[in-house]
Amino acid sequence: MPVPPSPRPTRRELLKMLPVAGAAVLLHPDWRSHLVAHGLALSDAISELTFNPRVSAPAYADHEVTPFDRFPLNSYLVHDPEIDLDEWRLEVSGRVARPGEYSLRDLSQLPRVRQNTRHICIEGWDVVGSFGGVRLADVLRLVGADPYARVLEISCADDYYDSLDMATAWHWQSLLCDEMYGRPLTREHGAPLRLVLPTKLGYKQPKSIVGFRVSDVLGPKRGYWVDQGYSWYGGL
Amino acid sequence: MNVNRFEHPAVVRVCHWAFALAVLVLIGSALEVFAAFPSFGEKLPQSDLFVPPSIVRVGGWLGGALQWHFTFAWLLTAAMVIYVAYQIVTGHGGQVLFTMRDVRGVWPMARHYFLSGPKPEVTGTYNPLQKLAYSVALFLIVVSLVTGFALYKPVQLSWLVDALGGFRLTRIWHFAAMCGLLAFIPGHLVMVALHGWRNFVGMWTGGSCLK
Repeated sequence: MPVPPSPRPTRRELLKMLPVAGAAVLLHPDWRSHLVAHGLALSDAISELTFNPRVSAPAYADHEVTPFDRFPLNSYLVHDPEIDLDEWRLEVSGRVARPGEYSLRDLSQLPRVRQNTRHICIEGWDVVGSFGGVRLADVLRLVGADPYARVLEISCADDYYDSLDMATAWHWQSLLCDEMYGRPLTREHGAPLRLVLPTKLGYKQPKSIVGFRVSDVLGPKRGYWVDQGYSWYGGL
Repeated sequence: MNVNRFEHPAVVRVCHWAFALAVLVLIGSALEVFAAFPSFGEKLPQSDLFVPPSIVRVGGWLGGALQWHFTFAWLLTAAMVIYVAYQIVTGHGGQVLFTMRDVRGVWPMARHYFLSGPKPEVTGTYNPLQKLAYSVALFLIVVSLVTGFALYKPVQLSWLVDALGGFRLTRIWHFAAMCGLLAFIPGHLVMVALHGWRNFVGMWTGGSCLK
């Protein structure tokens, strides 16, 4: 006796729906936003997992450095947030043994380093800069930062902000930089202090820093550009 | 070796459409990314090469374009790994890979397609001209992935960037691979259109195996 066709879809018919489902995800604005946000998050997760702290960014000889007047400036809102350099202090808080205010003199006790490294902008251009300062790792030790914390949150005078994974913060080439090309930072380049992180893209290196907070939590506000949709990890 | 019912096995078909979609989205988002700094030279002073028209750009702005670009780059990577693994494990890679033995079959095939030459004997799933085109296209995808990873992680993969001639040259290679794929795509579409609906449908449903 003939059997009526099965009312349930066969596997082939279900598989044929996949391209249609895929097209629906791509055409629906909310679903495709989710798709690409998750794609970026996956990319960041892989980046963080594959970061090898023992790998160094290339360093360059003095003659390979881009001339200072050809070192570009990208600023968030203003080139010069008009910090009173005499009154400036670094406000340190969070998971640290010695929170409080630190002056430039406090930081000047740390060993100074100078390095010539490549600065890569997410826009696609790059230059080699000459940077001087103290190692961020030495600063973290000075303030007694929890080495197992998740992130270092950075706040700036012009309301720019960012957060940095601790593995990168501890990297030997990560600098708390106060000098470029042998001279103190100009206001446009982030006086008195900026981060120089050769293992990160440019937007992960905040300028005109006023505060550090060591945290166990990667919060919802992660960075000025990050919160608009750029990669949080932003690593090279 | 098991005889496949289909001219194009399911894995090949799925990977083909994954490649097609991914490459289109990657090119569109790449052009949006390029528009953010449309030059291979200095930033100061900046001298733009050309700015791609917004109609071909995907993502709306640099941040959006990068989200699309990274998402589909990982999809393309996964599809390529699956495709290459499949071709190696099943031993079918020889059907598509252009080798020295295929060189002399290229001209008769081109003459048949473009100059009304006689139709050469069918020797496999793909004829020598197809093998050349597809091998080049697959190679260009691999080059764009390798140069893409180098651009993505120029510190972690600094050895690769050095082998490619430095960061700026790597960016140029990556762009050149895209140009190669842009050259391949119209030719491929024209050939597909000229060879009938049945052949096109074969890349969806598999076609039937030539005996």
